[in-house]
This record gives sequence, C-alpha cells and structure tokens, in this order.
Amino acid sequence: MEALAGESLWKTYGRGDAEVVALHDVSLRVMRGEVVALLGPSGSGKSTLLTTLGLLQMPDRGIVRVAGERVVDGERALADLAMLRRERLGFVFQKANLVPFLSTLENVLVAFTINGVTGREARSKAGELLGYLGLADRVDHMPDQLSGGQQQRVAIARALAVQPAVVLADEPTAALDSTRSRDVMQLFRRVAHDRGAAVVVVTHDHRTLDAFDTVHEMEDGRLFPHRPAHADHAEQIA
Amino acid sequence: MNLALRDLRHQLRRFVATSVGLGLLLAVVLAMGGIYRGLVEDATVLVDRMNADLWLVQRGTRGPFAERSTLPSSVESRARVVPGVLQAASFTTTTLQPIHRGRVLRTSLVGLAWPDERGQLLPIVAGRAIERAHRELVVDRTLDLPLDEVVELGDETYRVVGITEGLVASGGDGLAFATQSDVARIQAYLVPEARRMRGSGDQAQPISAVMVHVAPGERVEDVKRRFEAWSDTAVYTTEEQRSFLLEGVVDKARRQIGLFRALLAVVSSIVVTLVVFNMTVAKTREIALLKLMGAKLRLIVSMIVQQSLALSLLAYGVALVVAQVAFPLFPRRVIVGPQELAGVLVLSIAIGLVASLAAVRRALGIPATTILAS
Repeated sequence: MEALAGESLWKTYGRGDAEVVALHDVSLRVMRGEVVALLGPSGSGKSTLLTTLGLLQMPDRGIVRVAGERVVDGERALADLAMLRRERLGFVFQKANLVPFLSTLENVLVAFTINGVTGREARSKAGELLGYLGLADRVDHMPDQLSGGQQQRVAIARALAVQPAVVLADEPTAALDSTRSRDVMQLFRRVAHDRGAAVVVVTHDHRTLDAFDTVHEMEDGRLFPHRPAHADHAEQIA
Repeated sequence: MNLALRDLRHQLRRFVATSVGLGLLLAVVLAMGGIYRGLVEDATVLVDRMNADLWLVQRGTRGPFAERSTLPSSVESRARVVPGVLQAASFTTTTLQPIHRGRVLRTSLVGLAWPDERGQLLPIVAGRAIERAHRELVVDRTLDLPLDEVVELGDETYRVVGITEGLVASGGDGLAFATQSDVARIQAYLVPEARRMRGSGDQAQPISAVMVHVAPGERVEDVKRRFEAWSDTAVYTTEEQRSFLLEGVVDKARRQIGLFRALLAVVSSIVVTLVVFNMTVAKTREIALLKLMGAKLRLIVSMIVQQSLALSLLAYGVALVVAQVAFPLFPRRVIVGPQELAGVLVLSIAIGLVASLAAVRRALGIPATTILAS
C-alpha cells in the first residue's frame, strides 16, 4: 500500500547563471513498512526532495501524494499541509532538535499536544513509546542530561508519537558514532516492521545501508537506483 | 501541557528579575495615581468634613480653601437671620509656621465654633476633643506632636489634647484645631491683615468664611440666591468650593502626574515588548520545530501571548507588594483604591497584549524549514 509518492517533481533555485536544478523530474514511491535510503553528495537535491515530500516546500512542478491522496500539484496545495504534517508525517533531523525547556517525556508530549491529545492518555502513550525506544528510565531527564544517541531516540519517539504513515529523516546518524548509527537504523527498521510506517532516510552513511529495503542515489537533482560499490567492482572484473 | 509555563520555568530567574523590574515601573504608575488621589483627598478633606450647604466668603475671592478670605465676624450673625438658614457658623483658618523645638511646624490652624463645635466630629485617634475655651489644640498626627506637648503660637502657649488622623490641608500640611477665639488671637498677633482690620476700628474678630446649613425643606439654590444679593460677600456651595480646590490646587498636579503616568506606561510597554520579542527570537528553533510538526498557529500565538501576560501580571503582583510595603512610608498620603488597582491591572493586561504583537508577528514569519538549517 502506497504511503508516500512524488511524481515528476521539479524544483529550481535562482535564475540565469545562478540557476540550480535541485529536482529534475524526480519520481519516488514508498510503500507502507518500507525503509528507503536517499544517498548522494551535498547539493545533490536529497534534502530538497525530503522537504518537498515532507510538505515543507512546494515543487515548481509535479505531484505529491500522501497515503494515495493527491495533496500537492505543482505550486498548489490541495489539502491543509500543516494538518497532514501533524497527523501523517513524522520528522527526524541530523540534530535531535529537542525543546531544551522540556523533559524527555514532555518533548514527546509536544507531538500529542499538537494533535489535541492531552492528559493521562497522552502521558501514557508517550511513556509507552519511550519504553519501546529504551528510554523508560530517562523520562524526567532534560535534553542536556542525555547522550547524543538518547537525544536522537527521543526525537524518533516524538516523530512516532502520532503513529505517522511516513517518517522522514534527514541524516539522523550524522552526529553519532558507528554503533549508535547502527542502533538508530535498526530502530527505523523496527518502526517500519512493527508499525507499518514508511521510512525515508537521507544519509551519507554507507555503513548502515544494509538496514534499508531500497536505496536511491541522487546526483544533480536526478534520482537513480543505487549501484553498490561491489557491483561496480564485479562489472570491472567481468 | 502548557508550553509557555514550561519555558518560563526553564528561565525562571531571568523571568522573575524582569518581572520585578517591570513591577517597580508599574509601582510608580500606581504611586502616581495614589499620590494624585491623596492630593485630592487632602485638598478636600476639610471642606468635606465641615459638611456645610453654603459658604459665605470675602467678595472677589473663591473662599478660604483656594485663597485668603477675610470677613468681619458680624457676617455670621447676619447670615443667621436670612430666611431658610438653619444654622450659620463662622469658619476661620490660617496657615502658620512657628518654630517648635528647633523645627518649622507648618500647619493650617482651623477655628472651631466653641462651644457648639469642640472637634468631637473629628477623627480623633488619641486624647480627646477640646474641653476648654482657650489654649487647647487638637492636631493631626502628621505634625508629629505628642499629647500634652505645649506649643507656642503667637503670644500664648497651647497644649495638645487630641490627635487626629488623615486631616491635612491642600498643601499637605497637617491641620490643627483650636477655638475660634484662640485662632483669632493668634491671627491678630501673627497675620498683618487681621491686625489691620482691628486697627481700622472693627473690634470684632475677623473670620475666613461663614458656613451655612440650610433648614430642612428649603432648597439650597433658593437660599443661595438670597445671599447672592449681598454686596460684601460671595456665596458658594460645598461642591463649588471643592471644584475651586481641585481646579486650582490639584489640576496642574493632575496633568503633570497624568503625563508622567502615560510616559511610564509607554516605557513599560517598550520594556515588555523587547523582553517578549527577545524571548521569542531565542525560541526561533523551537517555533520552527512546532511549525514543521504542523502545530496550529493558535498554539504558537497563545504561547507568546501567555508569556507576555504572565510577565505583565507577575509585574502587577510585584507592584502590589511594593504598594503595600513602600507607599505608607511616603511623606504624603498615597491612596490606592480598588478603582486605581483595577485601572493598573487593565493597563498591565493591555501592555502584555500590545507587547506580544511584535513577537507574534516575528513568530509567524519564522519558516518551518529553519529547523533544517540549524
């Protein structure tokens, strides 16, 4: 079942000599429970694709669908995008971006508050989620009392709070060591498997690629199927 | 979960320090209003206490509360026989500055129509009213004279037999009360005009005004009209006397205080605006995050407005505490009534709301994608 899709997406920044084509006729379809990686060098358009699919910016042309519903057509929004982000999408970033004046539990509760879920029900769900991510003993800690990996797990818990159809992650392991990076990627796999969410991860980290169902590469605004390095090597030998 | 409160809790010291600073500003706003009320109260307390229907004063003057008024005491007996008059009593007041125990004792001395008036209606908080026709004084607490203190006025000494509270003249000087004959004697000794009247052959004691009480069933306007026919006096109602006082003595102070308060309100608004704006700028990432997560703008706006209001209301609380603790120490009365308190509360809320506008505008302009760049 389709969770998120972009069709023939185009996005250009600047004009004349300064013009940069960030998305060049990009199409991507992500199914529920699928974990997808977007690889590519800086400036290749990965983040633009992620923010476009995340309904944070409009493409110049192309269509975005969420759960099969067409929500963006070119520069036109066909639905309440803030509401869709609130109810259907979860975001994780390179930095955890926790709210510094909220405890671990409260950082997750924010997502519930935004969705109008409050009181005991919200606390119970947030606590459950933190337990699921191995943070049950950190619920009252403030962000500056947590390690980088723990902070990132809180950010993931926050992204999962409203059981999103899609989780979009922008280099979530960039600030973590290899062990913690692997942990986070395994966590995304569990999320996709247990909760049926689609996960799209922008990453530079080749060490974790085995955690993905599908890997795409971007270069100069174009999307390609990933060709593993060992495949190139095999071709050369042949 | 209240985000505004959580944020304030996180930066509690800064928030409280700012509120205290702003509270001191609001306390000054409150004090200015209280000082004005005190001025009005002080200026009118005597005319209100005397409770006369009409005041007969020297022609060409606006009465003893606004300027010097001198009448021959015979006006009192003439007034008594005017139709519609229930009672007429002379009123004498004079400002004195005797030196007592090495300090200047500035006071307004008021004559009581002995034996009918002995000060029994005055708010005496210690001692008693006047019981002898001569050489006794009832003084206000602000004069700082103890009971049984002997004060030299003119060529005689007078003993303090009673202390009142809250009776001061329009200039803020404490009032002192003696029998009219004593006041006349002191005036005759100290005041040149009184001496001149005596020297001109008028042996009666000069008075400042005559208080007239209108008989039941008579209309004050009718009796007033009868006095208006007199060529040597002017006649005013108590309300007119109050107006002269307020227009003359208090009006400039009122305008001055009003302008000062307006200035303080503007300064307070600017302070709150800057504080709330800076608090919002410091939360740019968090606001961007909320937007990215799809938070309704209402949530963000209410967080900013709540913080601004919390700041203003806490400052108002500080101002109330300052008012309780510091205002009684002021040399002049600072009267802060419910109306004043409500007014400053409304002002605080208005400042909070207005101050949040710039911050709200700023917050609404923060793009959700800011969080991706940070």
